[in-house]
Amino acid sequence: MIAATGLTKRYGSLCAVDDIDLAVHPGDIYGFLGANGSGKTTTVRMLLGLVLPTSGSIRLFDEAMPKAAHQVLPRVGALVEGPSAYRHLSGHTHLSLLDGMGPGGPRDSRRRRIADVLDQVGLAGVGSRPVKAYSLGMRQRLGLAGALLRSPELLILDEPTNGLDPQGIHEVRDLLLTLNRAGTTVFLSSHLLAEVEQLCTRVGVLDRGRVVLEETMDTLRTPSGRTVVHTPDIGRTLALLGDRAEQYDDVTVTVRAPDPAALNAELVQAGVRVSALAPERRSLEQIVLAATGPSADRVDA
Amino acid sequence: MIRVELRKLILSPRTWVTIALLDALPTLVAILLALTDLGPRPGTGPAFLSAVLSDGSLFPLAAIAIVLPLFLPAAVAVIAGDAIAGEAQGGTLRYLLIRPVGRTRLLVAKLLAVLAFVLLAVLVIAVTAYIVGTLLLGDQPLATSVSGSALSSSQVAWRTALSLCYATFSMLGVAAIALFLSTLSDSPLAAAMGALAFLIASTLLLTLDAANVLQPYLPTRYWLSFVDLFRDPILWRNVVRGTALQGVYVVVFLGAAWANFATKDITS
Repeated sequence: MIAATGLTKRYGSLCAVDDIDLAVHPGDIYGFLGANGSGKTTTVRMLLGLVLPTSGSIRLFDEAMPKAAHQVLPRVGALVEGPSAYRHLSGHTHLSLLDGMGPGGPRDSRRRRIADVLDQVGLAGVGSRPVKAYSLGMRQRLGLAGALLRSPELLILDEPTNGLDPQGIHEVRDLLLTLNRAGTTVFLSSHLLAEVEQLCTRVGVLDRGRVVLEETMDTLRTPSGRTVVHTPDIGRTLALLGDRAEQYDDVTVTVRAPDPAALNAELVQAGVRVSALAPERRSLEQIVLAATGPSADRVDA
Repeated sequence: MIRVELRKLILSPRTWVTIALLDALPTLVAILLALTDLGPRPGTGPAFLSAVLSDGSLFPLAAIAIVLPLFLPAAVAVIAGDAIAGEAQGGTLRYLLIRPVGRTRLLVAKLLAVLAFVLLAVLVIAVTAYIVGTLLLGDQPLATSVSGSALSSSQVAWRTALSLCYATFSMLGVAAIALFLSTLSDSPLAAAMGALAFLIASTLLLTLDAANVLQPYLPTRYWLSFVDLFRDPILWRNVVRGTALQGVYVVVFLGAAWANFATKDITS
């Protein structure tokens, strides 16, 4: 679906994106993670042919970009760095103008498609109001509606839930999952780890212009081989387990034990009360923080 | 694409405000002339203005001569300067280009939309001026050419139409310059001011004898040459040169705009 190899973008001496490889397969919900300034937006812009790479190649739908932009982009819906619309027009008119530009938006179905996407993103009631009267969340929804207008096979979304309230985020997540089930591949760039964790099947992590991690979510979330035990009897637990207990505080012990059930039986047999016990899984946040350096907008003296 | 650009033009409130403002000046002049009956002496002031006191139906030409030196090009600079930079500033340029709209196509569509704006403005001005002129000003058909011989009303009509076309076409140079600047800057204001500065420089150099060698190439040089269309016989030389010169400006600056824009990184 998306295949980038050796993608590099230099602005003068600044290397915004440094020799990255990306592979997004059909059916993926791909989470593209990275701190502010790590090169996410530049990469998204290169994928869409807005910024020309210094070197490297991009293929969308197995066609070279930006050379085949005219054939490829009508099959792509995108949201790049926030939505924007003609402010003095109504949401409906804006979408109609947008659809009239470029190929792939047949005129006879335009009215119906606009009504459909406005309905999908939850703006059906305000389609005739001017965009300048929209709230931030409504503009975000309108941007999403624009991306969905031509029922794209691939959605490239840069921070799609920016400015939305928790309910809105939930709605967008449901919408993306529904679209994905219907066959749409989603490429989602974000720095909201929780959002990506709940939604994505694969993630790529960008740090200062380099891809430091590209893996399926299932692989990342496989248990680490350790078990976390919550117990009121911390002293007896530590005595029983000896050096198998790797970390502990007042109420929890992290134990090197791949089978939580066996550990539980052992503890209970020894008369240790267990209030909770679970295999340790690293959260996406821990994984990303371990893979990346300090934030790019942090500037130390 | 051109259809969408025209729709944008028509739907934009600014288009109509600009045209209304453009229209206001000649209308004000007509009212003042009607009230005071004080026309400029023949041969002074804007072209045709001395004639309209006796023949109001010539007022469309006078109105064009009033707005052509500054008002109309200023409006063109604003509209054309906004063409790309305005989309960039509003954030819509990136969405336009990923539809995808070809960049060359976009430039041409924008230039045609500016031309449509000028044509619309000129027509509105001419129609208003005709109505105001015939209602408020003189009604003795004067209809003589600038050279003094008589012109039939059909001759006046088609020569007027030709003048309006020439005035519209004269704005192409400014439009191309502003469009080029619009691809350089993300600020519509900067692009419009740049084009205006170019015009003011051109106007100034026209008054300077030392700039004689440059004068045939200045974009404003032949603007008022449409007066020549009312000579008998028509003096085509300057009209043809003016048209060709505008063509050269379009080729050069549209080319420069294309060279800059076609491979530009869109980071707005």
